[in-house]
Amino acid sequence: MIASLSGLTTEFVATKINYGAVLPMLVVFGAAMIGVLVEAFAPRAVRYGAQVGVALVGLVAAFMAVVLAVGHQGSTLAGAVVIDGPALFLQGTILALSVLSVLAMAERFDGIGADAFTAQGAAAPGSPQESAAVRAGATTTEVFPLTMFAIGGMLLFPAAGDLLTMFVALEVLSLPLYILSGLASRRRLLSQEASLKYFLLGAFSSAFFLFGAALLFGYSGSMDLGVIAKAIGTQSGMDGLLVPGVLLVLVGLLFKIGAVPFHSWTPDVYQGAPTPVTGFMAACTKVAAFGAILRFVYVGVGDSRWDWAPALWAVAILTMVVGAVLSITQTDVKRLLAYSSIAHAGFVLTGLLAFDRVGVSSVMFYVVAYGFSTIAAFAIVSLVRDGGSEATHLSQWAGLGRTHPIVAGAFAFLLLAFAGIPLTSGFTAKFAVFSAAIGHGATPLAVVGVLASAIAAFVYVRVIVLMYFTESGGDSVRVVPPSILTSAAVTIGVAMTLVLGVVPAPLLDLASRSALFLR
Amino acid sequence: MSACAEPDLREETDLGLVRLTRVSPYLTVGGVVLTGVFLFVAGMGARRLLAPYAPTAMKLTTYECGVDPVGDGWAQTNVRYFLYAFLYVVFAVDAVYLFPWATVIRSADLGMASLAEMGIFIGVLLVGLAHAARRGLLRWV
Amino acid sequence: MHLVQLSASSAVRLAGAGAAQPASGVTSLAWLLVVLPLLGAAILLFGGRRTNRFGPALATVLSWASFGIGAVIFLAMLGRSADQRVEVLSLYSWIPAGGFQLEAGMLVDPLSMAFVLLVTFVGSLILVYSLAYMEHDPDRRRFFGFLNLFVASMLLLVLADSYLLLYVGWEGVGLASYLLIGFWNQIPANASAANKAFVANRVGDFGMSVAIMLMFATFGTVTFAGVDAGVAGANQGTLTAIGLLLLLGACSKSAQFPLQSWLGDAMAGPTPVSALIHAATMVTAGVYLVVRSHVIFEGTPTAQTFVVVAGAITLIFGAVVGCAKDDVKKVLAASTMSQIGYMMLAAGLGPVGYVFAIFHLLNHGFFKAGMFLGAGSVMHGMNDQVDMRRFGNLSGAMKITWFTFGIGWLSILGVPPFSGFFSKDKIIEAAFIGEGWRPWVFGGAALIGAAITAFYMSRLFFMTFQGEKRWPRDAHPHESPRRMTVPMIVLATGSAFLGLILGPTNAIASWLEPVTGRSPEGEPVIAVPVLMSLTLLLVAGGVALAWVQYWRDKVPVAAPAGSLLTRAARQDLYQDDVNEALLMRPGLHLTRSLVFFDSRGVDGAVGGLAALIGGTSARVRRVQNGFVRSYALTMLAGVVVILGAVWVVQ
Repeated sequence: MIASLSGLTTEFVATKINYGAVLPMLVVFGAAMIGVLVEAFAPRAVRYGAQVGVALVGLVAAFMAVVLAVGHQGSTLAGAVVIDGPALFLQGTILALSVLSVLAMAERFDGIGADAFTAQGAAAPGSPQESAAVRAGATTTEVFPLTMFAIGGMLLFPAAGDLLTMFVALEVLSLPLYILSGLASRRRLLSQEASLKYFLLGAFSSAFFLFGAALLFGYSGSMDLGVIAKAIGTQSGMDGLLVPGVLLVLVGLLFKIGAVPFHSWTPDVYQGAPTPVTGFMAACTKVAAFGAILRFVYVGVGDSRWDWAPALWAVAILTMVVGAVLSITQTDVKRLLAYSSIAHAGFVLTGLLAFDRVGVSSVMFYVVAYGFSTIAAFAIVSLVRDGGSEATHLSQWAGLGRTHPIVAGAFAFLLLAFAGIPLTSGFTAKFAVFSAAIGHGATPLAVVGVLASAIAAFVYVRVIVLMYFTESGGDSVRVVPPSILTSAAVTIGVAMTLVLGVVPAPLLDLASRSALFLR
Repeated sequence: MSACAEPDLREETDLGLVRLTRVSPYLTVGGVVLTGVFLFVAGMGARRLLAPYAPTAMKLTTYECGVDPVGDGWAQTNVRYFLYAFLYVVFAVDAVYLFPWATVIRSADLGMASLAEMGIFIGVLLVGLAHAARRGLLRWV
Repeated sequence: MHLVQLSASSAVRLAGAGAAQPASGVTSLAWLLVVLPLLGAAILLFGGRRTNRFGPALATVLSWASFGIGAVIFLAMLGRSADQRVEVLSLYSWIPAGGFQLEAGMLVDPLSMAFVLLVTFVGSLILVYSLAYMEHDPDRRRFFGFLNLFVASMLLLVLADSYLLLYVGWEGVGLASYLLIGFWNQIPANASAANKAFVANRVGDFGMSVAIMLMFATFGTVTFAGVDAGVAGANQGTLTAIGLLLLLGACSKSAQFPLQSWLGDAMAGPTPVSALIHAATMVTAGVYLVVRSHVIFEGTPTAQTFVVVAGAITLIFGAVVGCAKDDVKKVLAASTMSQIGYMMLAAGLGPVGYVFAIFHLLNHGFFKAGMFLGAGSVMHGMNDQVDMRRFGNLSGAMKITWFTFGIGWLSILGVPPFSGFFSKDKIIEAAFIGEGWRPWVFGGAALIGAAITAFYMSRLFFMTFQGEKRWPRDAHPHESPRRMTVPMIVLATGSAFLGLILGPTNAIASWLEPVTGRSPEGEPVIAVPVLMSLTLLLVAGGVALAWVQYWRDKVPVAAPAGSLLTRAARQDLYQDDVNEALLMRPGLHLTRSLVFFDSRGVDGAVGGLAALIGGTSARVRRVQNGFVRSYALTMLAGVVVILGAVWVVQ
């Protein structure tokens, strides 16, 4: 309070802004603003095309800006944003994955608007207003600016230099996702329920984050991660604030990756949200949230890890085991992928707990590998239809291998990648995190991880069996022929899954070169 | 933030004063809060003491002007009010950011830059408002 | 699929002090061995119906081409002196992670070449056989694609120069085996057999992957050369852990005790698959692994003892099960188990056994594949009948099958001068070398195993080809077409002469010497001539007993109730029940109790394909009930527990 009072009397010093470093975020937010304007002023007929164009151009431009920003690394905006190796790597990843997500979201089959989204979000499901909106040809093109805002928040999340910026990023990325979750065109009540649940629980977890940040502020006198790190070495006698603070901030972050016991929202939301949005959440949110956890843990509070790492160990073990075991009994393919994503979050945590540069690079590689596979998997889920709506019950997938060999083949390959079978990216990624864990004193975690992935593998293979070795239940299930958009998303996702399994060297190299945090 | 200002105070004064100086800003704030509470309580108390109290059934109705309330207090409000509350919060709260800006607008090296920045800030809000307006959200149906 | 580039750089770090050298000449084509069949698999599996017509032939040709390259490399290797025979072909930088550089490379040495020749030769013969055997199957193309995938993976497994690349092949053969067991998936039992194989293999894969990571943590590398070099300085406990984990992998892949239960069910696959994958090649991968890791096992006597024990138990176990089964393929499967038990036993004995383990493996590859193809031929002529009680006196109707099968039978019995004699007898001798109780226990097991083998294999042979006819009324047994008999004849020739060529001349021992080292001389605790006579005597006894029961006496068409042991053996000595009690039930309970937390998307019945496909049953109210308030409560509870735990610990 003294500082804020004295701030009025002392000379105000403008902060230097390194525009090169923050350009990717500016581009994405700029594209989002243009999207809002398009939504406001463009005639309905051109909105869809304009929105998709603006989003894709913005993302590609932002990706190029990330490449350019390699030369502009450093702390900027008075330490609020830190652009360093991990930040740039993860931003690049988020942008690349976002391109695929936007492609999948833009799929409209033969309709007039994006197929996965309702014509009018505000109309009550089944109401006359809704059918009027459908008749009038309304489309929900707001999803594109919303997605862009979320992506902007995701870009900021792993680059946040202090807890307040991190919180702002968390909210900026979450709020659009809450809305996007509720916009499914089919099974709308389920979707709206998912949206509300995600919002309430997200708000709940944000409260934990804020509480933790407040405790850490009380401990160190600053929100800045660097200052907190310094205080851990020098400050004594305040440990009562430090450890609870760290854990509570972690709770807020672990919620976002769906770690047990903060995972309960994941299956419901993954199931209810429009499928391309689920893919987007599963891939991009995870990348961003792991980036934030990495920065918080490695830059901020790593020196006190002896006090709280055991709790994170427990969370990692629980996450792997619960995710793997519960996925066994799922009968809905989206819920199955949700539990699988929980288990994968546990695997990534194993690498994170290596507390070493190798840990950082393995985590970064893992999220890239998982991101590409998962977006493609959800894109495929959105293609399998039963009379117009998605056939998500597993029994409906029986015999798909015979009727639609290419789609089933691609899905089977992705499942093998989730299972960690060699020559897929999943294997390389698992090898990277587990060997990082074993190399740095976390062998028990890796053993649990291998066991859990053995259990999970059974689940994935069971789906493959179902698709190939079981007679189809009925003829009504079919694969809607995708347009170039979804085809591109699936093809790129599958190709990356293969490439990262066969020749992972370049990306592993890049990850390991950019694994150094700027402190 | 109090931690930042701590060392120089400690150097200048003796032990007793340190304690006082460290606490004083909180004392001030506490005093202001207490005064506010006191004024409110005093006003209400004075009214209670001075005003005559002679209730009739008519006087106990919610609006003493003949309009009878319909339904109970927890009825749903039209969503339109909610929207206006939103817009109000957005603009009124964001206006807070304009005050610190006022202190630097005259500065030679910051003035123009801060003007541009504030323009962008307000511009962003306006884009949102424009979207809301074009979508018909500001029309009272 | 397999992007291979030949890197000129020889950045491979070799520890064996000049033991291996960069590949040159024809060896640098070794990658083609893997790529050709893989190409075949890709064309057949992705090519769609267009490749229906020429696909099977193409697959066969590519497999033969692979054999041709293998043969050329083999000849070139023969032309070099023994110390020049180990070569490493570096392909490309696979996984660079920090200080850890891993090249994808191939180790071309006498051991891997022996396997390459076995896999490509037997594999190609079986592909030829399948051309006729699978002629009328509508899914033929897929079958040949899977077989090519298998050949490619198996070659990758044996040619890998690091444990990690070996693991790639390991998973590949597992996948191919899994796909082929469930190939006729219209029968639900086959799909569940495939599942069983998969689960057993996952247990092994778990062991393998932990072993690999442990190696990486201990030695900083996972290449064979690097690990071998690091063993000397490693901690005994770590080595034992690595050894036992590798053994776990070997046991699951090679159907060794206690992970053997899947092999019998795996016979659900088409017979050529049983011959190639579940007899001649894949199931021997465990033996390969143990021999390839001999430096590790020599460093840890504890793990080595476990290898011997697993081998000894399985060889008796398989033999006992083989005595009771009436399904011709299941007898052969039990026999495979038992024979691989012999190899494991030999591999666990140390330097005295490696050569004979591999030698027996090669012989077994020939005679067992030959007998499986013979069984397939019988089934082909008997309308896919597999019950031996409905065979009998087929020797007249199927002369070639009878003759070739007979040679395989004599070979597995260990009758001189057939191949099996030279390797099996040596294994029994080696098992009797040593001090204290070990030679008596392990040697005794090997000896008793030989006697039981003689009994049940003769039982199989007599019940099928001799005695009186017990055919079903509609059976018209006939000899199979030439495309099936020629491979059988070739394999029978191998079963007859391979041992004679390689054994007495000491060719196999000197060939494998660059890899396994010279085997030390040792005297068995019983004199060799006595031991050999004893073995032959026991074998003769087994055959005689079988002759009395199954040739001279009438064989009932319906299986008699049998003694307690027979009934137990028919049930695979209750291995499934044990597995169920030990592994499945606790697993189910764990799943059920965990599922207690999630009912929303879960059908009432847990697990099982039938339940999965079946209708949604009544849902039980549980904690994952969809209520936000309970979710929030879960989160809060989590926070409280975590904070509380940390607070208590502090």
